[in-house]
Amino acid sequence: MGAGPTPEGRVPVFFGFLYELRNRKVPVGTQEAVALARALELGLHDSSLDGFYDVARALLVHSEAHLDAFDQAFLSHFKGIETEGSAMLAELLGWLEAAAARDPADRTDEEEAVLEALEPEALRALYEQRMRDRARRGRDGDGRAEAKEPVRQGTGPQGESGGAAEGDGGQRGAMRTADARLYRGYRDDRVLDTRSLGVALRKLRAFQRLGAFDELDLEGTIDATARNAGELEVILRPERKPSTRVLLLMDVGGSMSPHAHLVNRLFSAARKATHFRELRTYYFHNCVYGAVYRTEGFGEPLGVTELLAECGPHWKLVLVGDALMAPYELLMRAGGHGGYSPEGVEGIVWMMQLAQHFERSAWLNPEPPGSWWSPTIRTLRGVFSMFPLTVEGLGEAVCHLTKGGVRKGPVVSR
Amino acid sequence: MTDGFRRFAGTDSYLTSPGLQAAVNCALALERPLLVKGEPGTGKTLLAEAIAQALGARLLSWTVKSTTRAQDGLYVYDTVQRLYDSRFGDGDVRDIRRYIRFGPLGEAFRSEERVVLLIDEVDKADLEFPNDLLHELDRMRFRILETNEEVEAKARPVVVVTSNNEKELPDAFLRRCVFHFIDFPDRALMERIVRVHHPRLDDSLAQQALDIFYQLRDLTRLRKRPSTSELVDWLAVLKSAGVKELKLDEALPFIGALLKREQDLLVFHESLSRGRRPHA
Repeated sequence: MGAGPTPEGRVPVFFGFLYELRNRKVPVGTQEAVALARALELGLHDSSLDGFYDVARALLVHSEAHLDAFDQAFLSHFKGIETEGSAMLAELLGWLEAAAARDPADRTDEEEAVLEALEPEALRALYEQRMRDRARRGRDGDGRAEAKEPVRQGTGPQGESGGAAEGDGGQRGAMRTADARLYRGYRDDRVLDTRSLGVALRKLRAFQRLGAFDELDLEGTIDATARNAGELEVILRPERKPSTRVLLLMDVGGSMSPHAHLVNRLFSAARKATHFRELRTYYFHNCVYGAVYRTEGFGEPLGVTELLAECGPHWKLVLVGDALMAPYELLMRAGGHGGYSPEGVEGIVWMMQLAQHFERSAWLNPEPPGSWWSPTIRTLRGVFSMFPLTVEGLGEAVCHLTKGGVRKGPVVSR
Repeated sequence: MTDGFRRFAGTDSYLTSPGLQAAVNCALALERPLLVKGEPGTGKTLLAEAIAQALGARLLSWTVKSTTRAQDGLYVYDTVQRLYDSRFGDGDVRDIRRYIRFGPLGEAFRSEERVVLLIDEVDKADLEFPNDLLHELDRMRFRILETNEEVEAKARPVVVVTSNNEKELPDAFLRRCVFHFIDFPDRALMERIVRVHHPRLDDSLAQQALDIFYQLRDLTRLRKRPSTSELVDWLAVLKSAGVKELKLDEALPFIGALLKREQDLLVFHESLSRGRRPHA
């Protein structure tokens, strides 16, 4: 086939689409644009919308998490293109028939030439076929209808660019594939399953050389051997081992009950993560008052003071909770063993102590960020960095936790 | 105008969808690595074999493990061997080239004709692994530091990378790849796949097995839902055991071929006994 549509005619179409994608947070940039342009130049899309859908998806999307956004962008950008095409065809047909109906003597040279080239009958057949196809495509489920269009090479309405290309790809219906939104389940701003949690947690790791000297240090060996005048001297070093220690505190009961399944998943993902040197989990209700509990039923308390003595500042503190409670609950005084005591300090102060002690901490909130205006959430956000409990949020939290040692929150001074 | 390369359209034993074909053809035409993701058992690894078969090219596989480093794929300089040889005087230790062992990527570059290189389960390796390969995959050349030799691909290999999503891949790597996510086959495609693997399978058995298979996949509580390869295996067992009738109940034959986890088997029995306690 020929040179295809001119760049002037094509570029705006898919450029607009790229911006549509960017609006939907699909990260496409120059590299993708160039690759797509090159693929279109090579004719990989067979000059059809469906071909374009497949090619664009292969080149613009890099993760199944973005497939759904891609489908949506495709729908909103290209919806109507098929209809527009048909409407144009209908208009052309009307014009041709009007011209044909007139006395040949009245026709202009231009009309004469077009009529000669186009044959209204063939055009009408094509139009009707097109309409039937569309009706059928709308009706049957799988879209595999085998329909061929009588496309004439060269001068037909599609001849310039298409040739026979529309023939086989056209019936699968990129529009409907996009419309079905098959990939909704892979979006990453959805709340998570254990596996995606595990993937997110995996980033939270660091290595240190620890333990027995059982790995060959090649550089060291060469160095020592050279110093030893060529006599082989083998140097060993300890293996790289994970060094991340994580302290997980989970709010249970009350307003957290609806989120229990989610927190359970996070818990099992953390348990399964093998790249932590140590992982400790404790429970609390609403706010930490002097003690945390080893069991979900608030048994076996451990005082915060002991906890801080056992877990050094380099532990990563992760709190999970909705931070929703009555404001007075933040101000309830409690002693070092968790019970109410008028001489103790307020719950919020216990929280601040936790935030102060650890170099890095994060709060994961299962409530959607839209509801984070509630007073207790706002207060706790002043103490901890808060992230939504979604794949995206957990990723951000992990990123925050792995950065250097900056303590957050106001200094406790009373 | 697309005669520059032969279009990939699947092979006799590997059925593809138009989306997958488009992705493969993009990768071939643009000479970029093809990154394939999808549920385990949807034929990611087999795709590389199919491409190799369709192109009539040799397939080199590089199965990535958690300890694999990018350098291993290019070449390894066997210093220790050389050190030992120098002590015990075996061979010519002055010739460093004798101690350079090429990895799959190095082999693919050195090959005279175009090969298909499969980098299998790239996500198994360290997080930085894909980044370390960027330059080599982009330029299709690397330098052997020890001998100061430059190895340049004579024919750019077709690179197929598979990932099981255990780790996220770096953006810079993703940007260079053509991406395809293999959907789980729908029933019609699955039937064709089953036919390809078991051409002489009894029709009613196939239908029953497919019914049960998709019902099992609908059990939402399963940790690992059975996939294509499990179905194909299961059918092979059923066939060789001469099973004729299947019913989805607790006595489903060879359930172990479909469900591999103990918890999943428990879920299976629980959901079938519908609250009844299984016989003690």
